[in-house]
Amino acid sequence: MANDFEPVIIGFTCNWCSYRAADVAGTTRLKYAPNVRLIRLMCSGRIDPTFVLKALADGADGVLITGCHPGDCHYLEQNYKAMRRHRLLQRTLAQLGIEPERVHLTWASAAEGAMLAQTIDRFVEQVRGLGPLRWPARPRPAAPAAGHAEAAEAAQVEEAAS
Amino acid sequence: MFDKSEEERIGVYVCHCGTNIAGVVDVGSVTHFAADDLKGRGVVLSREYTFMCSTTGQDLIQKDILEQGLTRVVVAACSPHLHEGTFRTACERAGLNPYLCELASIREHVAWVHTDHAAATAKAKAIVSGAVERVRHNEPLDAIHVPIDAATLVVGGGIAGLQAALEIADAGHEVYMVEREPSLGGHMAQLDKTFPTLDCAACILTPKMAAAGAHPHLHLHTWSEVEKVEGYVGNFTVTIRKRPRYVLEDVCTGCGICIEKCPIVVVDEVHEAGVGFRKSIYTPFTQAVPNIPVIDTETCTYYVKGKGSCRACEKFCPTEPNSIVFDQTEQRITLRVGNIVLATGYDMFDARRIPQYGYGRLQNVFTSLELERMCNAGGPTGGRVTLRDGKTAPRTVGIIHCVGSRDRNYNNYCSAICCMQSLKLAHLVRERTGAEVYNCYIDLRTAFKDYDEFYQRVLDEGVHFIRGKVAEVSDVPRSPDEEGKLFIQVEDTLIGMQRRVPVDMVVLSAGLQPRHDAKQVGQTFGIACSSNGWFIEKHAKLDPISTMTEGVFVAGCAQGPKDIPASVSQGAAAAARVLMRIRQGQLALEPVRASVLAERCSGCRLCNGLCPFNAISFDPVRRVTDINSALCQGCGTCVAACPAGAIQGSAFSNEQVLAQIEGLLLTNLEPEAELA
Repeated sequence: MANDFEPVIIGFTCNWCSYRAADVAGTTRLKYAPNVRLIRLMCSGRIDPTFVLKALADGADGVLITGCHPGDCHYLEQNYKAMRRHRLLQRTLAQLGIEPERVHLTWASAAEGAMLAQTIDRFVEQVRGLGPLRWPARPRPAAPAAGHAEAAEAAQVEEAAS
Repeated sequence: MFDKSEEERIGVYVCHCGTNIAGVVDVGSVTHFAADDLKGRGVVLSREYTFMCSTTGQDLIQKDILEQGLTRVVVAACSPHLHEGTFRTACERAGLNPYLCELASIREHVAWVHTDHAAATAKAKAIVSGAVERVRHNEPLDAIHVPIDAATLVVGGGIAGLQAALEIADAGHEVYMVEREPSLGGHMAQLDKTFPTLDCAACILTPKMAAAGAHPHLHLHTWSEVEKVEGYVGNFTVTIRKRPRYVLEDVCTGCGICIEKCPIVVVDEVHEAGVGFRKSIYTPFTQAVPNIPVIDTETCTYYVKGKGSCRACEKFCPTEPNSIVFDQTEQRITLRVGNIVLATGYDMFDARRIPQYGYGRLQNVFTSLELERMCNAGGPTGGRVTLRDGKTAPRTVGIIHCVGSRDRNYNNYCSAICCMQSLKLAHLVRERTGAEVYNCYIDLRTAFKDYDEFYQRVLDEGVHFIRGKVAEVSDVPRSPDEEGKLFIQVEDTLIGMQRRVPVDMVVLSAGLQPRHDAKQVGQTFGIACSSNGWFIEKHAKLDPISTMTEGVFVAGCAQGPKDIPASVSQGAAAAARVLMRIRQGQLALEPVRASVLAERCSGCRLCNGLCPFNAISFDPVRRVTDINSALCQGCGTCVAACPAGAIQGSAFSNEQVLAQIEGLLLTNLEPEAELA
């Protein structure tokens, strides 16, 4: 079962370093696991812990937070704030009964495409090892025929049927 | 949850990018997914096209906006860093606010990095779904226009910086040039001849230096460094640390009597690369600009033995008032500039790092820069090529290419100039001494105009070429008549034999590497270095001049190894960019800014300490927080921190990001398997 499990991971990137690292991984045709879906923000400091909880609640099995290396932040020091929030968030997750290892923070400069690709591969395996999150105890919404609400409804119907 | 699906009409455009995307992602399936499955999310049409960025592709979007009344556009193609501007402009032409267009990167982040077609297609669908959800919450925005200060800062007075500075100053705008050394000129001032034309470096460089020194719009700050950069494009405040010369710049006439009278002679490690000497009070070379000496306090008797000692320079200085000021102190100068050109150059690879080549251990192993200084008529030997004893001319010389370059143990990259530099030195050595010259190379790279012709010429002159990476340079003789020689051990890969070449002199053609403090300088200016340590340009091919920080441009070797023609071209290109900005007078910036909804702000002041740009302040009368949008840089840290949700981040609002998360998760990686 664990081997068949393909985790879904949301990745937050900053516009200046880590999103560019992902671009570099692309232009240099590096290969990595297709499980991470990236969101571009201006800075890792923009990451509201709500975003992470929302991703986990909506069906992600893990969240990857990335930003510029300490000292390299385009906004001088905002990645340090991301680092603080990440630590607090991990403690909160543990209290909620969720493995803190599902939320991983890493730094990637605009040149480190290869490093980011490796980190993604490692993190995907880490989350695969943890298994599906299914939080809060509902199946991931099916590919929607129409709206999200309807999709959720369809999923519920399915659950009832099984 | 969603309130906008009814009124929004979203068009989705999926690009094949030739086979770049379509080779891995089932573009048709993604297009149908958007049309069918996202119909309920506001998508009214979905199209695929071979090259969306082409005129035809853009026309397609414009036509649909006009005829189908699209209110939002999603283009699934390459990274927004490449074509976001293209598609936003296309939307704007059709009358749609450009910020209502969203790019979904399915090339760099999908097609180019995944091999499993099904998984890649599923991920592309998720990304499109995320972009559709997000774009529904995009707000129409207007770009922020900032005025551009017409003054420019150029950092580095080498050939690239000089070219940039002169072109901007010639156009009539003020340029401040900061140079760390006492004189302009950079590495080029150390060279004798330049390949492939064998122009004398000084002959073509000194007129430019002199022009810079005398230019009414060019203000030199030599012996100085940039300490701090604040502000943003158009409006930088730069603090320069001007080190004391102990010589009054505006009084000194550059007569040189002080240098003549100074009794202290020391080895010049910088300009003469350790093979020549200078005084304690010195200019790096005779044509120095500005022609004003500096005192080296580490060796000057006045500073070493205590005040009152020596003072020869002061005694003989003919100016009134006396130009020598022993107690001069460091100065801080603040400048306001609109644009910055970084042309900070390179460091030579330290050949001592390769012990088997013997530099620093075997007397007659030289670096290319040392030989360059010896060849130079203004250098320590007056242009004579000699062994370390300063007298004997070598009869056989071995030149080793790629020292520290193209080597996994040191630098992976090709330093670009060493082949031609080695060929030039081979020619000069033969011309000056008639010696037999052996060039040991891995590959000869003589691209660019007239370079290969020069190689042919050096071949015709009788220089020997051995294709192979040198294993070792030793001084161990096998017979008494080999005493005093050096031996190059190399596999000649063209004849498949080991060779042991006895020579009198070995020259290591050392490569280029980033400045030792490039990372720190990059941090000062807010730009990053590549894994090799060179400054990263905005786009490797299409924009090798700009950086990711608006208003900061790069030129010359600071961006990567290059020769003089390429440095001059890049310097001129940077100048053209700066002049374009100055001519425009203002620049449109992304309207990514934070603002406070005063009625929601509780005045908790949690956000107040978060802004490194001091854009956030507390209004004690209204008891709410204010954000100064001129200072705000749009990072969004305060938006994330506000417990009341009172801070709005335009272009990256909570609604947009939360919707994108939902959209990304609407589909699964392998829906069939998951549902089974």
